Amino acid sequence: MAYSEKLLDHFKNPKNVGTLDKSKKSVGTGLVGAPECGDVMRLQIKVSEEGVIEDAKFKTFGCGSAIASSSLATEWLKGKNLDEASTIDNMDIVEELALPPVKIHCSVLAEDAIKMAIKDYREKNGQ
Amino acid sequence: MENNLIYFDNNSTTPCDPRVVDTMLPWFYQNPGNAASRSHAFGWKAEEAVDYARGQVADLISVESKEIIFTSGATEANNLAIKGVFEMYARKGNHIITLTTEHKAVLDACDKVEKLGGDVTYLSVDREGLVDLKALEDAITDKTVLVSIMWANNETGVIQPMKEIGEICARKGVLLFSDATQAVGKIPVDPKATGVHLMAFTAHKMYGPKGVGALFVNRKKPRVKVVAQMDGGGHERGMRSGTLNVTGIVGFGKAAEIAKEEMEADAKRLEVLRDKLERAFEERLEEVYVNGSRTSRMPHVTNISFKHVEGEGLMMTFNENIAVSSGSACTSSSLEPSYVLIALGLGDDLAHSSIRFSLGRFTKEEEIDRAIDLVANGVTHMRDLSPIWEMYKEGVDLDSVQWQEH
Repeated sequence: MAYSEKLLDHFKNPKNVGTLDKSKKSVGTGLVGAPECGDVMRLQIKVSEEGVIEDAKFKTFGCGSAIASSSLATEWLKGKNLDEASTIDNMDIVEELALPPVKIHCSVLAEDAIKMAIKDYREKNGQ
Repeated sequence: MENNLIYFDNNSTTPCDPRVVDTMLPWFYQNPGNAASRSHAFGWKAEEAVDYARGQVADLISVESKEIIFTSGATEANNLAIKGVFEMYARKGNHIITLTTEHKAVLDACDKVEKLGGDVTYLSVDREGLVDLKALEDAITDKTVLVSIMWANNETGVIQPMKEIGEICARKGVLLFSDATQAVGKIPVDPKATGVHLMAFTAHKMYGPKGVGALFVNRKKPRVKVVAQMDGGGHERGMRSGTLNVTGIVGFGKAAEIAKEEMEADAKRLEVLRDKLERAFEERLEEVYVNGSRTSRMPHVTNISFKHVEGEGLMMTFNENIAVSSGSACTSSSLEPSYVLIALGLGDDLAHSSIRFSLGRFTKEEEIDRAIDLVANGVTHMRDLSPIWEMYKEGVDLDSVQWQEH
């Protein structure tokens, strides 16, 4: 399978790899997927008092498309408020990375991880 | 081959040995004859070349020339054996026994047999990938016409106890077929001494060309027959019609001749290199698992799971330098991980993490050394990216996590 340049770049030089302290109130964590399915994605956001995502980190167990999708998602999240972040659609990721049809589920996973991280943050903060 | 690209996917296909290519060249243009043309010199010459190659192929596996049926490859030979025996021995019974770890060419042919009214038993294997001989013996009934067990597995390299299987089949009076695609030309294979009555193999796994294979069909004690699955001019003693691929067959013959001479030395050398590769990973990395038996297996293959790393992602870290294959779902069109590894009792997670390294005649030691570094670095890189590796290192029991399966 031939991958796009953008995908390969995100895979080779993934952005925002790392871990945020999930016990902090300002951090929302989304963990999706399962080892048995061949992909697990953990996406975390750090939200400022003004409600803006000031940092995002990820770690992903998965194929190249899953890693690139999560790397791209963290790039897109930074600087957005939570409502804006909620509108990120998996098809945007598919388009940006030119994911082949069999890899669309990787983008779905990224969207799910974003939504779950936002939900986690909101629940922690009584929103 | 590309200069710097290391080819460790010899179980998929081997490069055609230059000596084989040289032998084939005159059979494209200078000698264009059809081996079935009985009325002129072009045909006679082609027929002579095919006869010679048939002898070379037969010699490699210690059978008679007349017992070799040329086909387009191992898939066709597998189909011919299974469907051909099923049809030929319909009066005796309709039951076939095989393994869950067989190649798709065997499993899909068995599936077809079931659709045609046959009854197929799929025996499971143990953790090592080996058949349970007692279960095999118990599965044989008076309706059993064929036992189909592969000599060596394509994914793990695990070699089945063919001699013992042959003895059981002889005792029970059933025919034994073996898909020996991965074994012939790499290790000594002697179907007659082993009690194998039909055997499929192919040129392109033994440094010959693609597009030509063979089915060995025992001619005496017992005289085995198969119903042709390809109808036409009655070539190959009526068992496989179609103009013979003279060029390919000439190459197949040469590849067999070279294999006979060199396979022992190749195997010894490759075993040392394979073991070096395996040991290096085990020493340098944690959580490395070799899949399948380490004693009863092909000398040039290792199938390794690097836990908490997904196989396709891992391959992407080094696929500009090394060509291998993975049992990960992401490399298959079905999105299911390798059924062979699952049959060994590996969890889906380990199957997703597996990489098969299959070395070959042209593998050099320096390539092994380079690959060790590239793969070990790739594993470390991917583990740095892996949330489950982080959880594992923190002591989280991964089995207790509520995963969001999708």
